[in-house]
Amino acid sequence: MAQVSSIADDQSSKSITLRIARYNPEKDSERQFMEFTVPYEKWTTVLEAILDVKKHFDHSVAVRYSCRQATCGSCGMIINGKPRLACFTKISELDSNIVTVEPMNNFPIIRDLAVKFERLFDTHHKIKPYLDRDDTELESDAKEFLQSPEELEQYIQFANCIKCGLCNSACPTMATDSSFVGPQALAQAYRYVADSRDKGKDSRLKIIDDSHGIWRCHFAGSCSQVCPKGVDPAMGIQLLRGYMLGFRS
Amino acid sequence: MTQDEHKEGFKGMANPSRYGIERVAYWLMRLSGLGLLAYFIGHIYETSNILRGRVGWNEFLELTQTTEGHIVLAIVIAMCVFHTVNGIRVMLGHGGVGVGKPARPDYPYDPASQNYRHKIGIYSAIILAAIAMMYGLAVMFGE
Ligand code: HEM
Ligand code: SF4
Ligand code: FES
Repeated sequence: MAQVSSIADDQSSKSITLRIARYNPEKDSERQFMEFTVPYEKWTTVLEAILDVKKHFDHSVAVRYSCRQATCGSCGMIINGKPRLACFTKISELDSNIVTVEPMNNFPIIRDLAVKFERLFDTHHKIKPYLDRDDTELESDAKEFLQSPEELEQYIQFANCIKCGLCNSACPTMATDSSFVGPQALAQAYRYVADSRDKGKDSRLKIIDDSHGIWRCHFAGSCSQVCPKGVDPAMGIQLLRGYMLGFRS
Repeated sequence: MTQDEHKEGFKGMANPSRYGIERVAYWLMRLSGLGLLAYFIGHIYETSNILRGRVGWNEFLELTQTTEGHIVLAIVIAMCVFHTVNGIRVMLGHGGVGVGKPARPDYPYDPASQNYRHKIGIYSAIILAAIAMMYGLAVMFGE
């Protein structure tokens, strides 16, 4: 276990201990935590603190990020026990002198904080995340598919998904079932089923009507509690299931 | 840490402490479901003692007259009430009832499905289970 202090320490009155999980599946037999003392301001995000560590102490810490503004969905990790976006979580809001960062659960680890997204993208792709119909609005003489504001309202919330995977990391079914489609893909299934322009409802529903599909959801709601974009996957899943069971039109 | 998939596993699934009362309800629902199943199997075994005649039946019934027997039965009552009331809530939720309406999300993005209707359902299940258990204890120990 290493303990190092930032050179910037004396410039700031406030600092926290940042504990970073280090693990390389190719070399290490188990995870180790390295501790760093990092200064922070009211606005400092967890991602900035990790980048501070990379800049001043240990560049080998593996972390994935891109937009730094909760848009690209790259920086999901477990922060003080819960899945969150590192760029969207301020240290000051955690209310703790120790901030522990670990790789997201239910995703294979590449190294340290970076995890593999293949399965998330596979399940996302599996539910056909596009308008399924024979005609197109992309040709020059084709008309745009029209939609009323009310029709848009039916799915726009679910279109906010940035594929960060926090929901899949919090889900209790994902924790034990390697074949479960997961809340991210199920919410996207609802997003397209609820889109008035889509014509692929039946084939899409067939895909999730599976023993490891929508019926494995127990409505624990943890996905919705960690989603950083207000997608509320649990709502989409229950609405979709209600529709499949014939309770909703 | 060598497992490839890095799944959170049974411990993560069964940890009710992180995601609010909804996850506690999920956990209690599973626990009470399994508890009731165990009781149900025990119950069939116990009642089959009637095949041993009146004496065998009475002998076995005495098990439920002990302090331990009373406590087990009180827990069964609580599990039964919680499982039924929460089961009705869960079935309504699974049918898309009371989970909110899709809308344009606004910061801080409070999820509409984790709303007061379902929270009231969960707390009602817990409170009713506690009341039923206390009533059961009062009757059994009050004899
Ligand atoms: C009126 C009575 C009952 C109702 C309304 C009810 C309802 C439910 C519901 C909705 C679930 C699914 C929960 C979920 O998706 O997470 C469930 C699960 C379960 N129930 Fe019941 N149930 C009742 C009685 C019983 C009885 C009498 C037993 C035992 C003999 C039982 C054993 C179970 C078990 C083992 C599970 C699976 C738990 C899990 O995997 O989460 N239930 N029940
Ligand atoms: S539903 Fe929310 S938590 Fe899940 S991947 Fe999409 S944005 Fe992330
Ligand atoms: S860096 Fe893009 S979501 Fe955090």
